[in-house]
Amino acid sequence: MFTVPQTIGSVLCCKCGMLMQPNAANMCAKCLRSEVDITEGLQKHVVIIHCPECESYLQPPRTWMKMQLESKELLTFCIKRLKNLNKVHLVHAEFIWTEPHSKRIKVRLRVQKEVLNGAVLEQAYTVEYVVQDQMCESCTRVQANPDQWVAAVQLRQHVSHRRTFFYLEQLIIKHDEARNAIRIKQMDQGIDFFLEARNAIRIKQMDQGIDFFFVNRSHAGKFVDFVGEVSPIRKRNDKQLVSHDPKSNNYNYKYTFSVEICPVCREDLICLPPKVAATQGNLGPLVICTKVTNSIALLDPFTLRHCFLNAEQYWRAPFKALLSSRQLVEYIVLDIETISSEVVGGSKYAVADAQIARVSDFGKNDILFNVRTHLGHLLNPGDYAFGYDLYGANSNDIELDRYKGLVLPEVILIKKSYEEKRQRKRNKPRTWKLKSLNMEIDNSTRGRDHEEKMNAEYEQFKRDLEENPELRFNISLYRNKEYQPSEMASETDGEDIPSIQIEELLDNLDLSDEEMEGGILKD
Amino acid sequence: MATRLQFENNCEVGVFSKLTNAYCLVAIGGSESFYSTFEAELADVIPVVKTSIGGTRIIGRLCAGNKNGLLLPHTTTDQELQHLRNSLPDSVVVQRIEERLSALGNCISCNDHVALTHPDLDRETEEMIADVLGVEVFRQTIAGNILVGSYCAFSNRGGLVHPHTSIEDLDELSTLLQVPLVAGTVNRGSEVIASGLTVNDWTAFCGSDTTATELSVIESVFKLREAQPSALVDEMRKSLIDTYV
Repeated sequence: MFTVPQTIGSVLCCKCGMLMQPNAANMCAKCLRSEVDITEGLQKHVVIIHCPECESYLQPPRTWMKMQLESKELLTFCIKRLKNLNKVHLVHAEFIWTEPHSKRIKVRLRVQKEVLNGAVLEQAYTVEYVVQDQMCESCTRVQANPDQWVAAVQLRQHVSHRRTFFYLEQLIIKHDEARNAIRIKQMDQGIDFFLEARNAIRIKQMDQGIDFFFVNRSHAGKFVDFVGEVSPIRKRNDKQLVSHDPKSNNYNYKYTFSVEICPVCREDLICLPPKVAATQGNLGPLVICTKVTNSIALLDPFTLRHCFLNAEQYWRAPFKALLSSRQLVEYIVLDIETISSEVVGGSKYAVADAQIARVSDFGKNDILFNVRTHLGHLLNPGDYAFGYDLYGANSNDIELDRYKGLVLPEVILIKKSYEEKRQRKRNKPRTWKLKSLNMEIDNSTRGRDHEEKMNAEYEQFKRDLEENPELRFNISLYRNKEYQPSEMASETDGEDIPSIQIEELLDNLDLSDEEMEGGILKD
Repeated sequence: MATRLQFENNCEVGVFSKLTNAYCLVAIGGSESFYSTFEAELADVIPVVKTSIGGTRIIGRLCAGNKNGLLLPHTTTDQELQHLRNSLPDSVVVQRIEERLSALGNCISCNDHVALTHPDLDRETEEMIADVLGVEVFRQTIAGNILVGSYCAFSNRGGLVHPHTSIEDLDELSTLLQVPLVAGTVNRGSEVIASGLTVNDWTAFCGSDTTATELSVIESVFKLREAQPSALVDEMRKSLIDTYV
C-alpha cells in the first residue's frame, strides 16, 4: 500500500517561542520543567543505620543485611528506603562517588511521570543518605561475650584411629555445614560442634573427637541431621537452664547434643553376634565392613553375600569390630585360582583360592597359607595385599566364644597393596590436595609421638582416597599448584598405582572473601 | 487584532461563540462581560446576536456558517430558528439540516470560499453546504483526526491547524484552501484550535490562557496586524504582556 511519508513539522513552544517538535504538552522541555516539578514531594534526605563491625545496614524493624559500599544490594536497599517512589516511574539509578569516611551516600535517580495532557516528563535528581553508626544486636552480643554459645554438638567415636573424622571433615567442608559453627573443638574420640549463626570463631580439636559451637538450637539440630545422613549415629540432647525471666516467662537454655558414631569402620573385620547373624539370614559370623554411610554394608568374604544395617538396627544390638585397620598385615600372593565371580552391590568380587605368605616371613621361612579370598578379581601372583592375621591374633571377643565349633580362617585378605610402587613415588608430591577445617587443638592429653601418628594416619587417608573412587564421590579435591607434571610423565611404567585424574580435581579457587567470612576453612 | 477573553472562567471561547465576516453569534452567559467584549469590538460593523441552539450554550460547536449562510442542526427549536432569521441580515441564508452528525461546528470548517468537512458526512449535507454557504467542499482529515471543525480554524487570509500536522498534510491543505497555514497551539498548548479561538478576516478572539507566543503566531498567520506603527506598538503590548499583576 502506498503511504505518503509524513514529516513532522515544528511548532513554536507556547511559552518561550522556541521551535520544537510538537509534543503532548506543546511546550519545550525546559518550559515544561519550569512549570511542573515531578520530584516535588519525593524524599531527598534519608537516614540509614549501619553497623561498623559487620558492615551491615539496618532494615527496620530488626533485619540487618550485610552489604558492600557501592554494591547492587546497597542500591536496592537505598531505593527501598524511599517513600512515595510509587507515584513516579523509576528509570535509572546510580551511585555518585562520596568519600567513604564522610558518612554520606549519594544516589542519582531518574524518574518519569505523566504531566498535563499525556506528556511524559523525565527528570533526574539526587538523594542524599546520612549514614549513622549503630552496633547490631549480634555484634553487641559478640562484644559482650565472644564465646557465648547456645547449642553444642559433641561428636564422638570410640575407636583408636581418626579416619572417620578426616572423612567427615571433608564432607563438612564440601557441604559447608560448618558455616554456622563458631567453634569446632577436636576431642579425643570425636568432634564437638557448637553452632552459631554465621560467625565461626574457633574450632577446637581434642584427642577423641571435635566440638562445634553454635548460637541457634535449630542450626545444631540441622547439623546433627546432616551427620546422621553420612554415618549411623546415636544421639541424645539435653538442656541446661541459664536464665529465666519470671515476669514474661522467658527461659534461656544451653542445649547440648551428644552424638556417638558407630565404631564400625570400613575394612573392619567383625564377628556378628548370633542374633544379628540370624536376622540377616545366617550371614557367616565373620564379615568385612565394606562401606559406611547412614547404614553399614557388610560382606561375607566366602559366600559373597552382603547385607545392610541401618542406624537403628545397629544400635539395637551394637557390636564392635574384631580387628580394625591398624592391625592389617602385608602379604605377598604366590598363587591364585579363581573359583567363582559375582557382582555384589555394584562392585565385582571373585572368590578365589590363594597361596600367600607374610611379607615379613617371605624369604626367611617357609610359612605359607592357603586361604579363600574374595579379591580374586584384583590379585595376581606377585601382588601384595593387606589382610588380617587371624592365625597369629589373640582375639578376646565375647561373640566369637558364642560360636561353638567355628573354624576361623587363618588369614582374611582385605585389600590390594600398592606399597612397592609407592616406594618409588615416595618423595613426589601429589597432584591434588585437601582443605581442612580450622580447628583448635586441645593439647592436654597428648603424647610426644602423637604428631607423627596423626600424619601417618592422614597419609593413609589420602591413599584410601586415591584407591577408592566411591570414597571420593562426596569430597572436593583441589589442584595442587606445586605439582610438576613433567617429571611424572617420564616415569610411567606398566602398572601404575591408582591415581586421581586431573579432570576430577577442582581448581583451587581463591575464595578469600568467603573464607574470611566463614572463618573456619583454611588451606 | 486578537483579543483574549473568558466565558464564565472558561478559556474555550470558540465553543460559546461563532464569528463570521457578516455576523457574530454569542451564547447567553451568566454575566454580560462576554457579550460586551464582542460588542466593543464589533458593534458598529456587524450584528452580534445572543442565542442558544437546542437549548444549549455550546453554539459555536453546533452550527457552521460564513457570510453567505448559516447551517443549524436538527436539534434547533423553531423559536431559535425564527429568532436567528429575524436577527441576522437578509443576505444570510439560515438553514436547518437533518444530519446524523449534529455537531456541525465540529464537522465543518469553512471560510467564504472553501469548506473542509468530516469524511463521513452525508451526500445531501454536502450538497446543502455547497448550496447554502456557497463554498467548495472537501472531505479531509487533520493530523489523522476526523473532526476537522475542531482542529483547525481558518479565515479568508490564513489558517491555524493542529500542531501534529505533518508538513505534507500542511502543503496539501494549503493548496486546497488557497490560504497560508501554520501548525500551532492555542490556550497554552491546547491542540483543539477551533474551540479555543474564533476568527474572521480582521479580528480574532481567543481564550485568556493563550500565551504571548501563541498570540503572535495567530496574529501573523491571520494577518491581523495593521500597518500603522502606533497600532503595532499597542498590539504588541497586548500580546507581550501575559497577565496583569
